[in-house]
Amino acid sequence: MVEVEIAKSMAEEVKLFKTWSTPFGLRVVWALKLKGIPYEAIDEDLSNKSALLLQYNPVYKKVPVLVHNGKPISESLVILEYIDETWKQNPLLPQDPLEKARERFWAKFNDEKLLQSIWGVFAKEGKEREEAMAASMENLKFVEEELKGKKFFGGEKIGLADITFGWLANLICVFEEVTGLKMIDERFPLLLAWIQEFSQHPIIKDAGPPHDKLVIKYQALYEKFHPAK
Amino acid sequence: MADEVKLFGMWASPYSLRVELALKLKGIPYEYIEEDLSNKSSLLLKYNPVHQKIPVLVHNGKPVAESSVILEYIDEIWRDNPVLPQDPYDRAMARFWAKFIDEKIQPTARNANLAEEKEREQAVEECCQQLKMLENELQGKPFFGGDTMGYLDIAALVIAFWFEVVREVVGLDLITEERFPILCKWIGKLQDIDVINECRPPKEKHVNYVRARYEAAKAAASN
Repeated sequence: MVEVEIAKSMAEEVKLFKTWSTPFGLRVVWALKLKGIPYEAIDEDLSNKSALLLQYNPVYKKVPVLVHNGKPISESLVILEYIDETWKQNPLLPQDPLEKARERFWAKFNDEKLLQSIWGVFAKEGKEREEAMAASMENLKFVEEELKGKKFFGGEKIGLADITFGWLANLICVFEEVTGLKMIDERFPLLLAWIQEFSQHPIIKDAGPPHDKLVIKYQALYEKFHPAK
Repeated sequence: MADEVKLFGMWASPYSLRVELALKLKGIPYEYIEEDLSNKSSLLLKYNPVHQKIPVLVHNGKPVAESSVILEYIDEIWRDNPVLPQDPYDRAMARFWAKFIDEKIQPTARNANLAEEKEREQAVEECCQQLKMLENELQGKPFFGGDTMGYLDIAALVIAFWFEVVREVVGLDLITEERFPILCKWIGKLQDIDVINECRPPKEKHVNYVRARYEAAKAAASN
């Protein structure tokens, strides 16, 4: 059955509009690779967006955008669910509806709470940064709790929630290096272990942008947010 | 064993309404528990420790939180009268536009309603641009879901009813017949649907509630 699925996908056209560094685009790369779906990657320059990108995502004009046989889908979590429903091998979501709900809940938590709070630590100053740090610690505690007794958020295998939290595996160290602030320390042993497991996964390992290049990018961004006085 | 379904909700919350409507559309019996958000019950805090918010669905003792997550769960457990379309691409579109309502339309509407005189025109324009994009999804269909209500109609109820209440309080008419004829027609259809009228907030009570919150928000903004 898997051969038929792969043969079918070979005849299909899958394009992914992203940038070299976007963690949201990287999620989609991971999902496509996990399922063995061939695709064409188009790296955009966001300061000079292609006409195609604007045509495929007129609402947000952002990456990532997945285009499957000419039909575009944007918003990374919407894309991930689409991929899981269209290509059934190596499912990202479990069968059980309650477990599915759990994965979706945590994916949302990452995007709406955790990401925002950690970004606040990176981008803000003074009292706002302090508040963002406190919120980040609270949020990380919840995530740590969720990992109890599990290797991945998805259990034994990587799933939707792991892919969504995946930016922690390659970006937190960049943030910590650039800001000089430690965020995921020995208070979060399960998260640290998860970061190891996730980063070492054969699909995840070499799929992301190089660490050094990310440091340069975020260092420059950091300096913009915190100009030297 | 019969299913035990409880919904922790709040009468003026559009997110709570989404879940109630989905349950009613599918004919699922449930017990509704009204939460006082200024004095949250220990049960709510137990069932949703992360966000401490409504709505929370508790199915046979197991909680599910976040309205969009709950809607998907409901559709997967009770398969009659599906709320989401079958086709993966159509499902993606429904999910995309529901997110758009929450992440774009609601905040820009709030900005327009709270804007000072000099910023109001631009804020209104921005909101209307978003509303237009959504209205385009209704082209040639009575409902976002097609011939019958679906996931996106449920998500968009906030636009149908909350905007009308805010208009009465703030005086700002965002969804005019002139600018949004198709949206207005859709809203008109919703007014005639019994299940919706069963669970939407009572108009006068809702206006008073929103007025109180609006006054408080204005006071906070000017400090």
